[in-house]
Amino acid sequence: MISLIFITIGVLFNLLGCIGIIRLPDTYNRLQAATKCVTLGCCSILLGVVFHFGISDASTKALVAIPILFFASTVGAHALIRGTYHFGIKLGKKSVKDDYKEAIK
Amino acid sequence: MNDYLNILLYVQIGLSVVCMYRIIRGPTIPDRMVGADIFGILVVGICAIISIQTEKSFILDIGIAWIILSFIGTLTLAKYLTGQKLNE
Repeated sequence: MISLIFITIGVLFNLLGCIGIIRLPDTYNRLQAATKCVTLGCCSILLGVVFHFGISDASTKALVAIPILFFASTVGAHALIRGTYHFGIKLGKKSVKDDYKEAIK
Repeated sequence: MNDYLNILLYVQIGLSVVCMYRIIRGPTIPDRMVGADIFGILVVGICAIISIQTEKSFILDIGIAWIILSFIGTLTLAKYLTGQKLNE
């Protein structure tokens, strides 16, 4: 039962992230919203798998998968957004501040 | 309980189809890469829910392998975007 609660929370966070990937106006906004929400959602689903299986081989695999997912997705998103800035994509029209522009001079 | 998990699985598959929309429609190249990155993370959730439904544990191995391959792919695409060669 507690595993179903965790999986429901995870799917809800994934839903919010995918609404963000459709609706937000800018590449930077899209990646920021989607990475945070989807990483937390999938970690929550894997935690639900741990609670469902108890102490067994499947729960060990899920516990190993959680830190791998956490670090891989965040590091990948950082590299991707840095590459996007160097590629020359402009910020959206409503953006007000660009600190990275002065930092890389 | 099984029907409820089925509904959650279908919702998760629908969300990955939403990422496909961003990959196909995206106005610039980095938008498509964002869609591919998020799609790689969502597949792990699909694998986890299927492993509960079938009570098999090897499907989680597929999820772990998918995370690592998606990570390497994202890093390679980011290197391509900055205009560097791959051995720098």
